[in-house]
Amino acid sequence: MATRRVVQVYLDLLSQPCRAVHILLNCNKIPHTVRTVALRKGENRTPEFTKLNPMNRVPVMEDNGFVLTESDAILKYLAAKYDVPEHWYPRQPEKRARVDEYTAWHHNNTRPHAAKVFILEVLVPAQTGSPVDEGRLIRALSQLDDTLDKLESMFLRRQPFLCGDDITVADLLAVCEVMQPMGGDRDILKERPQLQRWRSRVQSAVSESFDQAHAVLYALRDRRKAKL
Amino acid sequence: MSLELYLDLFSQPCRSVYIFAKKNNIPFEFKNISLLTGEHYEEEFGKISMIRKVPAMRDGDFCLTESIAIMLYMVQKFKTLDFWYPADLQQRARVDEYLSWQHMAIRMHGSKMFWLRLLIPKVMGVEVPQEKLDAALEDLNGSLKLIEEKFLQDRPFIAGDHMSLADLVAIVEIIQPVGAGLDVFEGRPKLSAWRDRVETAVGKELFDDAHQAILGAQESVKMMDPSKMQLFRPRILKLFM
Repeated sequence: MATRRVVQVYLDLLSQPCRAVHILLNCNKIPHTVRTVALRKGENRTPEFTKLNPMNRVPVMEDNGFVLTESDAILKYLAAKYDVPEHWYPRQPEKRARVDEYTAWHHNNTRPHAAKVFILEVLVPAQTGSPVDEGRLIRALSQLDDTLDKLESMFLRRQPFLCGDDITVADLLAVCEVMQPMGGDRDILKERPQLQRWRSRVQSAVSESFDQAHAVLYALRDRRKAKL
Repeated sequence: MSLELYLDLFSQPCRSVYIFAKKNNIPFEFKNISLLTGEHYEEEFGKISMIRKVPAMRDGDFCLTESIAIMLYMVQKFKTLDFWYPADLQQRARVDEYLSWQHMAIRMHGSKMFWLRLLIPKVMGVEVPQEKLDAALEDLNGSLKLIEEKFLQDRPFIAGDHMSLADLVAIVEIIQPVGAGLDVFEGRPKLSAWRDRVETAVGKELFDDAHQAILGAQESVKMMDPSKMQLFRPRILKLFM
Protein backbone atom coordinates (compact mmCIF):
# COMPACT_ATOMS: atom_id res chain seq x y z
CA MET A 1 0.00 0.00 0.00
CA ALA A 2 1.42 3.39 -1.00
CA THR A 3 2.13 5.78 1.84
CA ARG A 4 -0.10 8.80 1.83
CA ARG A 5 1.90 11.99 1.53
CA VAL A 6 1.20 15.01 3.67
CA VAL A 7 -0.68 17.81 2.00
CA GLN A 8 1.45 20.05 -0.20
CA VAL A 9 0.84 23.75 -0.60
CA TYR A 10 2.31 26.01 -3.26
CA LEU A 11 2.73 29.45 -1.77
CA ASP A 12 4.29 32.84 -2.24
CA LEU A 13 4.24 34.50 1.17
CA LEU A 14 4.07 37.91 -0.48
CA SER A 15 0.56 36.85 -1.50
CA GLN A 16 -2.15 37.58 1.03
CA PRO A 17 -4.31 34.48 0.53
CA CYS A 18 -1.16 32.32 0.70
CA ARG A 19 -0.41 33.73 4.13
CA ALA A 20 -3.90 32.94 5.37
CA VAL A 21 -3.43 29.30 4.36
CA HIS A 22 0.08 29.23 5.88
CA ILE A 23 -1.21 30.55 9.22
CA LEU A 24 -4.06 28.02 9.41
CA LEU A 25 -1.68 25.16 8.69
CA ASN A 26 0.93 26.27 11.20
CA CYS A 27 -1.19 27.32 14.10
CA ASN A 28 -3.10 24.05 13.90
CA LYS A 29 0.09 22.08 13.38
CA ILE A 30 -1.30 20.39 10.30
CA PRO A 31 1.47 18.30 8.73
CA HIS A 32 2.30 19.74 5.33
CA THR A 33 5.08 20.69 2.95
CA VAL A 34 5.45 24.13 1.44
CA ARG A 35 6.65 24.60 -2.12
CA THR A 36 7.62 28.19 -2.69
CA VAL A 37 6.46 29.83 -5.90
CA ALA A 38 8.08 33.25 -6.31
CA LEU A 39 5.65 35.27 -8.40
CA ARG A 40 8.13 38.09 -8.94
CA LYS A 41 10.49 35.57 -10.58
CA GLY A 42 7.71 34.16 -12.76
CA GLU A 43 7.82 30.79 -11.04
CA ASN A 44 4.06 30.60 -11.47
CA ARG A 45 4.53 30.53 -15.25
CA THR A 46 6.77 27.48 -15.55
CA PRO A 47 5.35 24.56 -17.60
CA GLU A 48 5.32 22.46 -14.41
CA PHE A 49 3.30 24.97 -12.42
CA THR A 50 0.98 25.73 -15.35
CA LYS A 51 0.19 22.03 -15.54
CA LEU A 52 -0.69 22.08 -11.84
CA ASN A 53 -2.72 25.28 -12.14
CA PRO A 54 -3.52 26.60 -15.62
CA MET A 55 -4.58 29.90 -14.04
CA ASN A 56 -0.99 30.41 -12.83
CA ARG A 57 -2.13 31.61 -9.43
CA VAL A 58 -1.31 30.85 -5.83
CA PRO A 59 -2.17 29.37 -3.39
CA VAL A 60 -2.57 25.84 -4.70
CA MET A 61 -3.06 22.79 -2.51
CA GLU A 62 -2.32 19.25 -3.53
CA ASP A 63 -3.52 16.36 -1.42
CA ASN A 64 -2.37 13.04 -2.83
CA GLY A 65 -3.35 13.94 -6.35
CA PHE A 66 -6.29 16.15 -5.48
CA VAL A 67 -5.43 19.68 -6.64
CA LEU A 68 -7.36 22.62 -5.26
CA THR A 69 -7.09 26.37 -5.92
CA GLU A 70 -8.78 29.37 -4.24
CA SER A 71 -7.83 30.14 -0.65
CA ASP A 72 -11.49 30.08 0.53
CA ALA A 73 -11.88 26.53 -0.70
CA ILE A 74 -8.47 25.46 0.62
CA LEU A 75 -9.11 26.90 4.10
CA LYS A 76 -12.51 25.22 4.34
CA TYR A 77 -11.12 21.90 3.06
CA LEU A 78 -8.24 21.93 5.55
CA ALA A 79 -10.51 22.94 8.42
CA ALA A 80 -12.83 20.01 7.70
CA LYS A 81 -10.24 17.38 6.82
CA TYR A 82 -7.89 18.00 9.74
CA ASP A 83 -10.64 18.46 12.26
CA VAL A 84 -9.30 21.77 13.53
CA PRO A 85 -11.02 23.42 16.51
CA GLU A 86 -14.57 24.20 15.45
CA HIS A 87 -14.34 27.95 15.91
CA TRP A 88 -12.26 28.25 12.71
CA TYR A 89 -15.33 27.40 10.64
CA PRO A 90 -18.24 26.88 13.02
CA ARG A 91 -20.85 24.23 12.39
CA GLN A 92 -23.86 26.05 13.82
CA PRO A 93 -25.79 27.48 10.83
CA GLU A 94 -25.99 31.14 11.90
CA LYS A 95 -22.35 31.24 12.96
CA ARG A 96 -21.20 29.52 9.78
CA ALA A 97 -23.34 31.89 7.72
CA ARG A 98 -21.51 34.87 9.19
CA VAL A 99 -18.19 33.39 8.05
CA ASP A 100 -19.59 32.59 4.60
CA GLU A 101 -20.99 36.11 4.38
CA TYR A 102 -17.59 37.60 5.12
CA THR A 103 -15.59 35.31 2.83
CA ALA A 104 -17.93 36.19 -0.06
CA TRP A 105 -17.89 39.95 0.62
CA HIS A 106 -14.11 39.85 1.01
CA HIS A 107 -13.50 39.15 -2.69
CA ASN A 108 -14.97 42.38 -3.95
CA ASN A 109 -14.04 44.56 -1.01
CA THR A 110 -11.18 43.96 1.41
CA ARG A 111 -9.12 41.98 -1.08
CA PRO A 112 -9.04 44.24 -4.12
CA HIS A 113 -9.08 47.53 -2.20
CA ALA A 114 -6.19 46.75 0.15
CA ALA A 115 -4.23 45.01 -2.62
CA LYS A 116 -4.56 48.04 -4.88
CA VAL A 117 -2.75 50.27 -2.40
CA PHE A 118 0.16 47.83 -2.25
CA ILE A 119 0.19 47.41 -6.01
CA LEU A 120 0.30 51.16 -6.63
CA GLU A 121 2.83 51.96 -3.90
CA VAL A 122 5.16 49.00 -4.15
CA LEU A 123 4.63 46.60 -7.08
CA VAL A 124 4.11 48.95 -10.02
CA PRO A 125 7.02 51.27 -9.14
CA ALA A 126 9.25 48.23 -8.55
CA GLN A 127 8.30 46.66 -11.86
CA THR A 128 8.29 49.78 -14.02
CA GLY A 129 10.79 52.00 -12.24
CA SER A 130 8.30 54.88 -12.46
CA PRO A 131 7.23 56.96 -9.46
CA VAL A 132 3.99 56.26 -7.61
CA ASP A 133 0.89 57.54 -9.42
CA GLU A 134 -0.27 59.82 -6.63
CA GLY A 135 -3.68 60.51 -8.15
CA ARG A 136 -4.56 56.84 -8.40
CA LEU A 137 -3.14 56.16 -4.96
CA ILE A 138 -5.32 58.83 -3.39
CA ARG A 139 -8.41 57.34 -5.03
CA ALA A 140 -7.38 53.84 -3.95
CA LEU A 141 -6.88 54.99 -0.36
CA SER A 142 -10.27 56.64 -0.37
CA GLN A 143 -11.94 53.48 -1.62
CA LEU A 144 -10.06 51.44 0.97
CA ASP A 145 -11.23 53.85 3.64
CA ASP A 146 -14.88 53.14 2.76
CA THR A 147 -14.20 49.43 2.85
CA LEU A 148 -12.50 49.61 6.25
CA ASP A 149 -15.51 51.60 7.51
CA LYS A 150 -17.71 48.70 6.42
CA LEU A 151 -15.35 46.12 7.88
CA GLU A 152 -15.72 47.87 11.23
CA SER A 153 -19.41 48.72 11.16
CA MET A 154 -20.82 45.72 9.31
CA PHE A 155 -18.63 42.87 10.48
CA LEU A 156 -16.52 43.69 13.51
CA ARG A 157 -18.96 45.98 15.32
CA ARG A 158 -18.54 45.30 19.06
CA GLN A 159 -17.34 41.73 18.62
CA PRO A 160 -13.85 40.49 19.38
CA PHE A 161 -13.52 38.99 15.89
CA LEU A 162 -15.16 39.63 12.52
CA CYS A 163 -17.72 36.88 12.82
CA GLY A 164 -18.24 36.60 16.56
CA ASP A 165 -16.47 35.75 19.77
CA ASP A 166 -13.82 33.52 18.28
CA ILE A 167 -11.31 33.74 15.47
CA THR A 168 -12.41 32.19 12.18
CA VAL A 169 -10.93 31.75 8.70
CA ALA A 170 -12.57 35.08 7.86
CA ASP A 171 -10.21 36.87 10.25
CA LEU A 172 -7.20 35.20 8.62
CA LEU A 173 -8.22 36.27 5.15
CA ALA A 174 -8.96 39.83 6.28
CA VAL A 175 -5.89 40.34 8.42
CA CYS A 176 -3.53 39.22 5.67
CA GLU A 177 -5.06 41.75 3.28
CA VAL A 178 -4.89 44.50 5.86
CA MET A 179 -1.20 43.74 6.42
CA GLN A 180 -0.22 43.89 2.74
CA PRO A 181 0.41 47.64 2.48
CA MET A 182 2.95 47.17 5.31
CA GLY A 183 5.24 45.99 2.54
CA GLY A 184 5.40 49.66 1.61
CA ASP A 185 5.62 50.63 5.28
CA ARG A 186 2.01 51.80 5.34
CA ASP A 187 -0.20 50.79 8.23
CA ILE A 188 -3.73 51.23 6.92
CA LEU A 189 -5.11 50.76 10.44
CA LYS A 190 -3.11 53.65 11.84
CA GLU A 191 -6.15 55.83 12.52
CA ARG A 192 -8.45 52.97 13.43
CA PRO A 193 -8.01 51.82 17.03
CA GLN A 194 -10.89 49.35 16.91
CA LEU A 195 -9.44 47.50 13.95
CA GLN A 196 -5.96 47.71 15.46
CA ARG A 197 -7.26 45.97 18.57
CA TRP A 198 -8.87 43.33 16.37
CA ARG A 199 -5.57 42.80 14.54
CA SER A 200 -3.79 42.36 17.89
CA ARG A 201 -6.35 39.82 18.99
CA VAL A 202 -5.81 37.88 15.76
CA GLN A 203 -2.04 37.99 16.28
CA SER A 204 -2.43 36.69 19.82
CA ALA A 205 -4.81 33.97 18.74
CA VAL A 206 -2.39 32.59 16.14
CA SER A 207 0.79 33.45 18.08
CA GLU A 208 4.10 32.95 16.27
CA SER A 209 2.52 31.75 13.03
CA PHE A 210 1.51 35.37 12.33
CA ASP A 211 5.06 36.70 12.21
CA GLN A 212 6.28 33.54 10.52
CA ALA A 213 3.84 34.08 7.66
CA HIS A 214 4.61 37.79 7.46
CA ALA A 215 8.42 37.54 7.65
CA VAL A 216 8.83 37.96 3.88
CA LEU A 217 6.57 41.01 3.86
CA TYR A 218 8.46 42.57 6.78
CA ALA A 219 11.75 41.90 4.98
CA LEU A 220 10.44 43.68 1.89
CA ARG A 221 9.43 46.66 4.01
CA ASP A 222 12.84 46.74 5.74
CA ARG A 223 14.76 46.53 2.45
CA ARG A 224 12.74 49.40 1.02
CA LYS A 225 13.25 51.49 4.15
CA ALA A 226 16.99 50.84 4.02
CA LYS A 227 17.10 52.22 0.48
CA LEU A 228 15.49 55.53 1.40
CA MET B 1 -42.70 32.44 10.51
CA SER B 2 -41.10 31.75 7.17
CA LEU B 3 -38.00 33.17 5.63
CA GLU B 4 -38.09 36.54 3.94
CA LEU B 5 -36.04 36.88 0.79
CA TYR B 6 -35.40 40.37 -0.54
CA LEU B 7 -34.83 39.96 -4.25
CA ASP B 8 -34.65 41.71 -7.57
CA LEU B 9 -34.67 39.12 -10.34
CA PHE B 10 -32.65 41.46 -12.58
CA SER B 11 -29.79 40.59 -10.25
CA GLN B 12 -27.87 37.41 -10.85
CA PRO B 13 -27.29 36.37 -7.23
CA CYS B 14 -31.00 36.99 -6.54
CA ARG B 15 -31.87 34.51 -9.26
CA SER B 16 -29.68 31.78 -7.83
CA VAL B 17 -31.21 32.24 -4.37
CA TYR B 18 -34.73 32.29 -5.86
CA ILE B 19 -34.21 29.17 -7.93
CA PHE B 20 -32.58 27.36 -5.02
CA ALA B 21 -35.36 28.19 -2.58
CA LYS B 22 -38.13 27.31 -5.03
CA LYS B 23 -36.49 24.13 -6.27
CA ASN B 24 -36.07 22.90 -2.71
CA ASN B 25 -39.60 23.90 -1.70
CA ILE B 26 -38.28 26.19 0.99
CA PRO B 27 -41.16 28.34 2.17
CA PHE B 28 -40.36 32.01 1.84
CA GLU B 29 -41.93 35.39 1.44
CA PHE B 30 -40.75 37.14 -1.72
CA LYS B 31 -39.99 40.79 -1.00
CA ASN B 32 -39.38 42.57 -4.24
CA ILE B 33 -36.69 45.25 -4.21
CA SER B 34 -36.43 47.06 -7.50
CA LEU B 35 -32.82 48.17 -7.83
CA LEU B 36 -33.32 50.17 -10.97
CA THR B 37 -35.86 52.39 -9.24
CA GLY B 38 -33.67 52.77 -6.17
CA GLU B 39 -35.87 50.77 -3.79
CA HIS B 40 -32.77 49.47 -2.03
CA TYR B 41 -32.24 52.96 -0.63
CA GLU B 42 -35.47 52.87 1.34
CA GLU B 43 -35.21 53.05 5.11
CA GLU B 44 -36.78 49.68 5.90
CA PHE B 45 -34.48 47.79 3.62
CA GLY B 46 -31.47 49.44 5.21
CA LYS B 47 -32.38 47.64 8.43
CA ILE B 48 -32.14 44.26 6.71
CA SER B 49 -29.04 44.99 4.66
CA MET B 50 -26.77 47.73 5.96
CA ILE B 51 -24.94 48.00 2.67
CA ARG B 52 -28.22 47.88 0.77
CA LYS B 53 -27.45 44.88 -1.34
CA VAL B 54 -29.66 42.17 -2.68
CA PRO B 55 -30.19 39.35 -2.16
CA ALA B 56 -30.83 39.65 1.55
CA MET B 57 -32.51 37.18 3.86
CA ARG B 58 -34.32 37.53 7.15
CA ASP B 59 -35.03 34.43 9.19
CA GLY B 60 -36.68 35.63 12.39
CA ASP B 61 -34.09 37.94 13.91
CA PHE B 62 -31.30 36.70 11.75
CA CYS B 63 -30.44 38.86 8.74
CA LEU B 64 -27.97 37.72 6.13
CA THR B 65 -26.54 39.07 2.88
CA GLU B 66 -24.38 37.44 0.15
CA SER B 67 -26.14 34.88 -2.03
CA ILE B 68 -23.59 32.15 -1.34
CA ALA B 69 -23.92 32.56 2.41
CA ILE B 70 -27.72 32.57 2.08
CA MET B 71 -27.79 29.40 0.00
CA LEU B 72 -25.31 27.58 2.25
CA TYR B 73 -27.47 28.57 5.22
CA MET B 74 -30.53 27.13 3.49
CA VAL B 75 -28.59 23.95 2.62
CA GLN B 76 -27.86 23.39 6.30
CA LYS B 77 -31.14 24.55 7.74
CA PHE B 78 -33.42 22.77 5.31
CA LYS B 79 -31.18 19.75 4.79
CA THR B 80 -31.33 19.90 1.02
CA LEU B 81 -30.27 16.94 -1.10
CA ASP B 82 -26.57 16.14 -1.01
CA PHE B 83 -25.72 17.02 -4.59
CA TRP B 84 -26.31 20.74 -4.05
CA TYR B 85 -23.36 20.92 -1.65
CA PRO B 86 -21.86 17.43 -1.31
CA ALA B 87 -20.78 16.06 2.02
CA ASP B 88 -17.80 14.42 0.29
CA LEU B 89 -14.88 16.75 1.08
CA GLN B 90 -13.30 16.76 -2.35
CA GLN B 91 -16.53 17.25 -4.25
CA ARG B 92 -17.48 20.00 -1.83
CA ALA B 93 -14.10 21.62 -2.34
CA ARG B 94 -14.74 21.71 -6.11
CA VAL B 95 -17.97 23.58 -5.47
CA ASP B 96 -16.25 25.97 -3.02
CA GLU B 97 -13.48 26.54 -5.53
CA TYR B 98 -15.91 27.66 -8.22
CA LEU B 99 -17.97 29.77 -5.81
CA SER B 100 -14.79 31.56 -4.74
CA TRP B 101 -13.30 32.08 -8.22
CA GLN B 102 -16.44 33.41 -9.81
CA HIS B 103 -16.75 36.65 -7.78
CA MET B 104 -13.93 38.46 -9.54
CA ALA B 105 -14.31 36.66 -12.82
CA ILE B 106 -17.58 35.77 -14.55
CA ARG B 107 -19.66 37.75 -12.06
CA MET B 108 -17.69 40.89 -12.64
CA HIS B 109 -17.37 40.43 -16.40
CA GLY B 110 -20.99 39.45 -17.03
CA SER B 111 -22.26 42.38 -14.93
CA LYS B 112 -20.01 44.85 -16.68
CA MET B 113 -21.15 43.66 -20.09
CA PHE B 114 -24.79 44.08 -19.10
CA TRP B 115 -24.26 47.64 -17.89
CA LEU B 116 -22.02 48.69 -20.79
CA ARG B 117 -24.18 47.17 -23.51
CA LEU B 118 -27.59 48.03 -22.20
CA LEU B 119 -28.23 50.10 -19.09
CA ILE B 120 -25.58 52.77 -19.47
CA PRO B 121 -26.28 53.65 -23.10
CA LYS B 122 -29.99 52.85 -23.30
CA VAL B 123 -31.22 54.11 -19.93
CA MET B 124 -28.56 56.46 -18.59
CA GLY B 125 -28.06 57.85 -22.09
CA VAL B 126 -24.26 57.79 -21.81
CA GLU B 127 -22.32 56.70 -24.87
CA VAL B 128 -19.96 53.80 -24.24
CA PRO B 129 -16.67 53.93 -26.17
CA GLN B 130 -16.08 50.93 -28.43
CA GLU B 131 -12.71 50.18 -26.76
CA LYS B 132 -14.47 49.72 -23.44
CA LEU B 133 -16.95 47.31 -24.99
CA ASP B 134 -14.17 45.42 -26.71
CA ALA B 135 -12.13 45.13 -23.51
CA ALA B 136 -15.19 43.98 -21.57
CA LEU B 137 -15.94 41.36 -24.21
CA GLU B 138 -12.38 40.09 -24.09
CA ASP B 139 -12.60 39.71 -20.30
CA LEU B 140 -15.95 37.97 -20.56
CA ASN B 141 -14.62 35.58 -23.19
CA GLY B 142 -11.67 34.82 -20.93
CA SER B 143 -13.97 33.87 -18.05
CA LEU B 144 -16.20 31.76 -20.29
CA LYS B 145 -13.13 29.94 -21.60
CA LEU B 146 -12.00 29.14 -18.06
CA ILE B 147 -15.44 27.87 -17.17
CA GLU B 148 -15.36 25.49 -20.12
CA GLU B 149 -11.73 24.42 -19.85
CA LYS B 150 -11.06 24.35 -16.14
CA PHE B 151 -14.33 24.12 -14.30
CA LEU B 152 -16.31 21.90 -16.66
CA GLN B 153 -13.69 20.07 -18.71
CA ASP B 154 -15.43 16.88 -19.80
CA ARG B 155 -17.73 16.64 -16.80
CA PRO B 156 -21.49 17.05 -17.13
CA PHE B 157 -21.51 19.55 -14.25
CA ILE B 158 -18.85 21.54 -12.41
CA ALA B 159 -18.52 19.15 -9.46
CA GLY B 160 -19.07 15.98 -11.47
CA ASP B 161 -22.13 13.99 -12.41
CA HIS B 162 -24.68 16.11 -10.61
CA MET B 163 -25.73 19.71 -10.56
CA SER B 164 -24.55 21.70 -7.52
CA LEU B 165 -24.64 25.27 -6.19
CA ALA B 166 -21.66 25.93 -8.48
CA ASP B 167 -23.67 25.36 -11.64
CA LEU B 168 -26.57 27.42 -10.35
CA VAL B 169 -24.33 30.34 -9.45
CA ALA B 170 -22.58 29.99 -12.82
CA ILE B 171 -25.65 29.88 -15.01
CA VAL B 172 -27.29 33.00 -13.57
CA GLU B 173 -24.13 35.02 -14.19
CA ILE B 174 -23.69 33.70 -17.71
CA ILE B 175 -27.28 34.62 -18.62
CA GLN B 176 -26.77 38.26 -17.59
CA PRO B 177 -25.01 39.38 -20.77
CA VAL B 178 -27.61 37.42 -22.77
CA GLY B 179 -30.12 39.86 -21.30
CA ALA B 180 -28.17 42.61 -23.02
CA GLY B 181 -28.46 40.87 -26.37
CA LEU B 182 -25.12 39.07 -26.37
CA ASP B 183 -25.48 35.39 -27.22
CA VAL B 184 -22.66 33.90 -25.21
CA PHE B 185 -23.68 30.37 -26.13
CA GLU B 186 -23.15 30.85 -29.86
CA GLY B 187 -20.04 29.03 -30.96
CA ARG B 188 -19.76 27.34 -27.58
CA PRO B 189 -21.31 23.89 -27.93
CA LYS B 190 -19.87 22.61 -24.65
CA LEU B 191 -21.29 25.55 -22.70
CA SER B 192 -24.63 25.23 -24.52
CA ALA B 193 -24.88 21.55 -23.70
CA TRP B 194 -24.10 22.29 -20.05
CA ARG B 195 -26.67 25.07 -20.02
CA ASP B 196 -29.32 22.63 -21.32
CA ARG B 197 -28.43 20.12 -18.61
CA VAL B 198 -28.69 22.80 -15.92
CA GLU B 199 -32.03 23.98 -17.26
CA THR B 200 -33.34 20.39 -17.24
CA ALA B 201 -32.04 19.79 -13.72
CA VAL B 202 -33.63 23.00 -12.42
CA GLY B 203 -36.82 22.45 -14.41
CA LYS B 204 -37.67 24.57 -17.44
CA GLU B 205 -40.64 26.27 -15.82
CA LEU B 206 -38.70 27.51 -12.81
CA PHE B 207 -35.68 28.39 -14.94
CA ASP B 208 -37.78 30.47 -17.32
CA ASP B 209 -39.70 32.08 -14.44
CA ALA B 210 -36.47 33.22 -12.80
CA HIS B 211 -35.01 34.53 -16.05
CA GLN B 212 -38.07 36.22 -17.47
CA ALA B 213 -37.13 39.69 -16.24
CA ILE B 214 -33.52 39.65 -17.39
CA LEU B 215 -34.31 38.13 -20.77
CA GLY B 216 -36.92 40.81 -21.30
CA ALA B 217 -34.49 43.57 -20.33
CA GLN B 218 -33.94 44.92 -23.83
CA GLU B 219 -37.66 45.61 -24.04
CA SER B 220 -38.18 46.85 -20.50
CA VAL B 221 -35.35 49.39 -20.67
CA LYS B 222 -37.51 51.35 -23.10
CA MET B 223 -39.88 52.07 -20.23
CA MET B 224 -37.27 52.68 -17.54
CA ASP B 225 -37.01 56.07 -15.90
CA PRO B 226 -33.40 57.24 -15.77
CA SER B 227 -34.19 59.77 -13.07
CA LYS B 228 -34.74 56.90 -10.63
CA MET B 229 -31.08 55.95 -11.10
CA GLN B 230 -29.70 59.32 -10.03
CA LEU B 231 -28.58 58.03 -6.63
CA PHE B 232 -26.27 55.41 -8.01
CA ARG B 233 -25.48 56.81 -11.45
CA PRO B 234 -22.12 58.32 -10.42
CA ARG B 235 -21.07 55.11 -8.70
CA ILE B 236 -22.00 53.00 -11.73
CA LEU B 237 -20.19 55.26 -14.16
CA LYS B 238 -17.13 55.29 -11.95
CA LEU B 239 -17.20 51.52 -11.62
CA PHE B 240 -17.71 50.56 -15.23
CA MET B 241 -16.55 53.44 -17.41
